[in-house]
Amino acid sequence: MYCYDEYDQKMLEERVTQFRDQVRRRLANELTETEFLPLRLQNGLYMQVHGYMMRIAVPYGLISSKQMRMIAQIARQYDRGYGHFTTRQNIQFNWLSLEDTPDILADLASVQMHAIQTSGNCIRNITSDELAGVARDEVVDPRPYAEILRQWSTFHPEFAYLPRKFKIAVSGAQQDRAAIQAHDIGLSVTKNTKGEIGFRVFVGGGLGRTPIVGSEICEFVPWQHILTYAESILRIYNQFGRRDNKFKARIKILVKALGIDEFRRLVEEDWADNKDGPGTLTYEEVERVSSFFTNPDYEKLTDHDSKLNEFKADNRHFSNWMLRNVKSHRVPGYAIVVLSLKKPGNAPGDATDAQMDAIADLADRYAFGEMRITHQQNIVFADVKQSDLIDLWQALTQLELATPNVGLLTDIISCPGAEFCTLANARSIPLSKLIAERFDQIDFQHDIGDITLNISGCMNACGQNHIGNIGITGVEKKNHEEWYQIAIGGAEGNDCSMGKILGPAFKFYQVPEAIDRILQVYLRERIDEGERFIETVRRIGHKPFKDHVYASEFEDVSVDENEVDDNTVVPAQYAIPFYSPRF
Amino acid sequence: MIIKNKTLVEDDWLTLRLDDQETVENIVVPEGKVIVPLKVWLAQRDQLQLRDDIGVWFASDERPEDLKEDLQRFSLIAVDFPKFSDGRGYSIAFNLRARLGYSGELRAIGDVLRDQLFYMRRVGFDAFAPRPDRDIHDALKGLEVFSEVYQTSFDQELPLFKRAQRKGKSSAIQKNI
Repeated sequence: MYCYDEYDQKMLEERVTQFRDQVRRRLANELTETEFLPLRLQNGLYMQVHGYMMRIAVPYGLISSKQMRMIAQIARQYDRGYGHFTTRQNIQFNWLSLEDTPDILADLASVQMHAIQTSGNCIRNITSDELAGVARDEVVDPRPYAEILRQWSTFHPEFAYLPRKFKIAVSGAQQDRAAIQAHDIGLSVTKNTKGEIGFRVFVGGGLGRTPIVGSEICEFVPWQHILTYAESILRIYNQFGRRDNKFKARIKILVKALGIDEFRRLVEEDWADNKDGPGTLTYEEVERVSSFFTNPDYEKLTDHDSKLNEFKADNRHFSNWMLRNVKSHRVPGYAIVVLSLKKPGNAPGDATDAQMDAIADLADRYAFGEMRITHQQNIVFADVKQSDLIDLWQALTQLELATPNVGLLTDIISCPGAEFCTLANARSIPLSKLIAERFDQIDFQHDIGDITLNISGCMNACGQNHIGNIGITGVEKKNHEEWYQIAIGGAEGNDCSMGKILGPAFKFYQVPEAIDRILQVYLRERIDEGERFIETVRRIGHKPFKDHVYASEFEDVSVDENEVDDNTVVPAQYAIPFYSPRF
Repeated sequence: MIIKNKTLVEDDWLTLRLDDQETVENIVVPEGKVIVPLKVWLAQRDQLQLRDDIGVWFASDERPEDLKEDLQRFSLIAVDFPKFSDGRGYSIAFNLRARLGYSGELRAIGDVLRDQLFYMRRVGFDAFAPRPDRDIHDALKGLEVFSEVYQTSFDQELPLFKRAQRKGKSSAIQKNI
C-alpha cells in the first residue's frame, strides 16, 4: 500500500498543528461555533448525540495492521472501546471530547492516517473497489489513481467551500463494486481498443433525498487528463451549484437542472483552457505511485487443497463460510477472505478494540499485514493462502468474525441511526438487530441467496437504502413510535438502480414481518434457486410484492417507552458543553 | 489597514456598496480611489472610464468573463465573500488570474477571516481586507499554514509531482507503516 514520503508526512503534521490551534481558539472563544464548524468538519469532527463524533479516513479502504492497532488504541484511550466502520470505507468514533481531538489526530499522523476532508462541503475521501489488485475481473488496478486523486484533492484550495459535499469513487473491474454511479463523480478506469488506459466518467449520481443514477459525461478521458478534467467538473459545480437551499445543493441537482449535455458543454469549455495544463499527469508519477501497489511475494501454489475439501465435507459451518465469505483469487493457491462484522445481535460495522487488535495480528500472520474496509461495512483479507483457510477460520470463529452471511440477508448495511446521529428520524442499529435475529437461520438465508438489505435512519441515506435490494428508511418518529418505509428493487453495480417504495410505512416491530412477506413472494415466484431476488423483482415488478405485503393487517406492537438501550445513556463527562451548537 | 503581499499596509481605497435606495444607475461614485460593484461599472462605464482611480468588485454570483474586455485597465479588482463559507470567490479569483491573465491587485473583501486566507492566497489573492471586528495581526498568521502543497493552483505553477523528486516504494519511509 502507499507509504508517505517526507512531503506527505510534513503536510499532515502541519495540519495537526493548524487544527490544534483552531481548537484552542474555539475553546478560548476567539472563534465562534459558526466559524469553527467547517474547520472541524474538514477534520472529520461532527457534533452528534453523545458529543463529538470523529470520522477517520481510510483512503480507498486500505489499512495496514499497524494502523489498525492505532485505531484500536484510540478506541481504548479516547472512546468507549469500539469503533464503527462506515459505508464509505471510513471509521467513526462516537464518544470523543473536543479537547482530545488534536492529540487523536497527532496519534493518527504517527501512522500516516488522518481525518482530513471526511466531512464538510469539500472533496471527501476517495473510495474504491475492496478487491482492487486481486479481483479476477480487474481491467486496471484503480488504487494508484485513487491515491493520485487523494493527493490532488487534499487541501485543494479552490474546492474547500463547495455548495455541498463531493464524493468520488473509482473502480477498475468489469463488475463495479464501488457503487460509482451513486457518487458525485464515478470513475471507471478501463482500456480502449488500442489498449490505452483512460476513464469512463459519470457525474451527478447520489443517494440522499433525491436519489439519482449518475450520467455518463465522457466515455473516455485518457489517464493523463483525469485530474484536469475532474478539476473542470468541480469548477463548474463550484460556480453554478445552488447555494440557496442545502437540499438542492449537490451536483446531481445542477446536472439535472442543466441537462447532462449543457453541463458537459460547460465542463468542456473550461477544460479547453485547462487541458494539457500543468496538472496533466505524467507517466513517471503514475509509475511512482503504482510502485506501492505491486503484488506481495506470492508463493508458487496450486488451487487444489485436499485437506480443505475434507474439512469442508465434515464441517457445515466451515463449508458455509467457504461458500459465502471466501472468494476466488486471481493467483493460484490464494483466496480472498471477508471478515463479517454482521454477527446477528451486533451493530453492523462495529468492532471492539480487542477485535481490531486481533484482526491486525491475523492480518500479519495470514494476509501480508493489509486489510481493506468494504462499503458493506466488512473487512477483507485480500491475499490468504488457501492452506491457511482452516486456521484462519478457527481464529475468526473465536473472534465472532466468521458469520457465514456475506452477501446474504443479515449482511445488513446500516447507518448509525438516531441513537448516534442528530439527523436521523429513527433508530437503525436496533432495527438491524431485530431483522438479523428474525432471519438468523443460516439455512434459510442460504436458500434466499444473494440479497442486499440496507437501512438508513433518515432520507439522507448514509445506509445506502436506495441501492439495497430491500431498502429501509426511517421516516418519522411520533409519540415514541418510529416509522419506516420499505422499498424494493434497488441495486448497486453495473446495473445500478434506485429502489421503489412499496407502500405505507411500518412501525418498528412490524418491519421484520413485512420483510418476511416480501421474501415469501420471492420464494413463491422465483423461477428456480438460480434467480436472485433482484432479478425476480425486475421480472415480475412491484405489484405482487405490494399485494401480498399489504394483504392482511399487521399485529400492532408498539415500542415500550421504557425500553432503554445502554448506549443511549449519556455519561456525565459528555454532558453538553457550552460550545454546543444546540445551545 | 489591509494585508498585502503578506504584510500590513495602510489602505486608501473606499469600497462602495449600494444601500436599499440606491441603484446602479443613480448612485454617485465619490471622488478618490473607489472600488465599485461590477454592476455600477457596467452601468456607468462611460463616465467611470475617464477616471484612473476606479477599481471593481465582484459579487460571488458574478463571473469574471463579464469584465473581460476591461480587465487589464484595472490596478485593483476585489472579490466579495458574503459569507466566509461561500466558496465561489475562489473560482472567480482563479479564473481572473489563471484563465483571463489579470495581473493587478486582487483583493478579498467581505467576510474574510484568518482560517481561509491560505487557500485564498493560493488561488490568486494577494490582498486581504479581514473583517474589521477581527485582529488583523492575528489574521496575518493565516497565510502561513502549509510549507508544501500537492496540487497546482495560481500560486504554484507545477504540482508537487512535477517539482519534487518524490520517492517510490523502494525508498519511501517504511518504518511508520
